[in-house]
Amino acid sequence: MLEVSSVTAGYGEFTALWDVNLVVNAGEAVAVVGPNGAGKTTLMRVISGLVRVRAGEVRLEGRSLGAEPAHGIVARGIAHVPEGRRIFPKLTVEENLKMGAFLPAARRRYAGTVARVYELFPVLAERRRQRAGTLSGGEQQMLAIGRALMSGPKLILLDEPSLGLAPVMVLRLFDLIRRVREEGYTILIVEQNVRQVLSLADRAYLLEVGRIRVEGRAADLADQDFVRQAYVGL
Amino acid sequence: MKRLLALVGVALLALVPWLPLGPARLYILHVLVLVLIWAFVGTAWALMGRFGLVSLGHGAFLGLGAYTTTLLWNFLGVSPWIGTPLAAGLAVLLALVLGYPCFRFRVVGHYFALVTLALGEVIRLLIIAERDWTGGSLGLTLKDAGAFNLAAIQFADKRIFYLVALAVWLVGLWVWWWVDRSMTRSALEAIGEDETAAASVGIPVTGFKLRITLLSAGLTAVGGVLYAQYVTYINPGTLAGIGVSLQIVFAVVLGGMYTLLGPTVGTALTIALAEYLRVAFGVRFLGMADTIYGLALVLIIIFLPAGLYGGLRELVLRRAAPPRAAT
Repeated sequence: MLEVSSVTAGYGEFTALWDVNLVVNAGEAVAVVGPNGAGKTTLMRVISGLVRVRAGEVRLEGRSLGAEPAHGIVARGIAHVPEGRRIFPKLTVEENLKMGAFLPAARRRYAGTVARVYELFPVLAERRRQRAGTLSGGEQQMLAIGRALMSGPKLILLDEPSLGLAPVMVLRLFDLIRRVREEGYTILIVEQNVRQVLSLADRAYLLEVGRIRVEGRAADLADQDFVRQAYVGL
Repeated sequence: MKRLLALVGVALLALVPWLPLGPARLYILHVLVLVLIWAFVGTAWALMGRFGLVSLGHGAFLGLGAYTTTLLWNFLGVSPWIGTPLAAGLAVLLALVLGYPCFRFRVVGHYFALVTLALGEVIRLLIIAERDWTGGSLGLTLKDAGAFNLAAIQFADKRIFYLVALAVWLVGLWVWWWVDRSMTRSALEAIGEDETAAASVGIPVTGFKLRITLLSAGLTAVGGVLYAQYVTYINPGTLAGIGVSLQIVFAVVLGGMYTLLGPTVGTALTIALAEYLRVAFGVRFLGMADTIYGLALVLIIIFLPAGLYGGLRELVLRRAAPPRAAT
């Protein structure tokens, strides 16, 4: 569904990604793991159009995303849950979800999608009239994911969903992401919590200093000695 | 009910010039016209200011508007009826030249404010530098077209100008209200809270910011034209540069930029305060008026961040209605 081929990208003089190749097939959950500063977030931002590629190409269902602006990419079916949640703190939970369905096509389906999101995250339904800034970290992350689902995406990009969450909350969150997956969404997820994410994903890529170092089935990757030593802590 | 109330209010306002106002009638009318003009400009500023797009250079659009129509009339005899759309168009163009690179390259917050601050000064200095036809810092007098000239929009009778200013101010309020209840508002609120998040849900960030900026600039230019037509004398100090730009911002902040009538209330108060202090202190305590004005502003920003009108309105609503979770 998504092909990232030979992408090089960065900020100004600085190059954060070198010749990165990555594929996500329909229905798959793919993880990108790696240490801080490896370029994981940059990769997400390239796919969602917030950072421009310098060389190479990103294709969705065979068609290049080319110079499509960020909002155009959402319209093409990629929803980005940015790092650090980035909900709208002063808007209520429901208003946040409404903003997620900003595009005309999504707005028309609003009633149906919002019901599904509430079903998936019942706690959001309970707090629909509450300001999003007053939610707990875990709830905010659920809201961020729910908001991304509102655009009716084919592919969801999750950037560090466990960031800053208590360990118990991390487990619950990954359960929820599994449920989102079972709903049939294709997921590309970036995580530092390697053990959790490898148990969730089908395939995984290991990114180090801007380059793909290893790729393979998530289970195989989790078994490799150097991955275990470096990232899982076993 | 609300609509009826608004209609009655407008009708009453329209009748003001015909009320027996006593010997100070002309002076009162003059102050009211100024309040309406500046309230309109303040409302135009608040269109973008309320979304965190703080411009400290709206004097640029004001001056551009005023000088465009005045120069066209004085030198080429072009009626302000034609000059006004031209002036608004030029302001929109200027806003585009300024806004597009700013928004495209994420010049936000304080940096955006600084860019606009510079713009206001650039326009003021340009007007001064082109003294051969703008009159430089001495200013420019609108060529007289008689006591009542519809084509030149010049009326000696203050009552007529009062009605003109009232109409323009109402248009400003209508535009504000129209933006307030459109999708544009939610989009811009989201952008104001977090640009990255807004982009991630598919809001065309640059486009929305640009559109509201162009709208605000165009309306502000119309305000400048109105001022020039009314006072028939313009100079770079009162219509461009930092001074007037900040005056607009202060008035709006004072009244509150998140409510329809906030900018108007703020403008009315600042003008009333300035006039009162001017009359009360005269030339005895130079700077006293500014000191009190500055002090009032500081206190309001600390204690009523939603502005005088906005803050009081919130209080009244909270008293009147059971608490709501959200606004």
